[in-house]
Amino acid sequence: MSEPTGTAHGPGRVLVSVYGLFALAAGARAGVQLATKFSVAPIAYLLSAFAALVYIGATVALARSGARWWRVALVCCSIELAGVLAVGTASLALPEDFPDATVWSDYGSGYGFVPLVLPVLGLLWLRRTRPDR
Amino acid sequence: MVDGLATAVTVVALVLAAWALIEVLRGKAPHRPLLIGVAGLEAVLVVQVIVAVVKLVTDRVPDEPATFVGYLVASLIILPIGYFWAWSEKNRSATGVVALACLVIPVLVLRMNQVWDGVGGV
Repeated sequence: MSEPTGTAHGPGRVLVSVYGLFALAAGARAGVQLATKFSVAPIAYLLSAFAALVYIGATVALARSGARWWRVALVCCSIELAGVLAVGTASLALPEDFPDATVWSDYGSGYGFVPLVLPVLGLLWLRRTRPDR
Repeated sequence: MVDGLATAVTVVALVLAAWALIEVLRGKAPHRPLLIGVAGLEAVLVVQVIVAVVKLVTDRVPDEPATFVGYLVASLIILPIGYFWAWSEKNRSATGVVALACLVIPVLVLRMNQVWDGVGGV
């Protein structure tokens, strides 16, 4: 019996769950931050919202099959890796601009560095599930 | 909030997560006893939400009510979503999804109680 292929199957099932979890966590957190105290740290909260959108995009794209969704997932995971590296570095270099943490601050240390590891796992998984052309 | 209930939820969730992880190592798809366990955990979580809502109405409201309610909602939807996502896949990965969902619950309960006690921010 052959396993179904595609980004949502096998180990990808668990990967999509972790992405979904971060989409939920980052989305809810950004929603609360933007709704209740946007003026405190607008840059950090907008970054939180952006991170949430990237996680939602990656979750949906990885959960779907087909070459088009594979490419969307590749874009999302790439933005995610660039984002966590850029925001992580910026939050350490300019701590005064990040008075309140985002999911990507300090390379995601507030979330057990999962935000740093997740895009790497995502990109490795996408390499393994690259659709045939 | 209610320490006994939070402890019960945490212990049951960790036991289920450990059980699921053992089944992942054994290469098993989620089986009925494990799913009954998850359903039991969900039932305790429903009780916790009812207690929390009663406390919100009669006792007091935490400093960050939106965050608190967010954690309450999350605690109810995580297991059903995890189960829904796992059940169409009949292999060890599905069991891994169940393990992950169970592992998230103690974190949610911890954060929920921190917000209730006014510790930490969003």
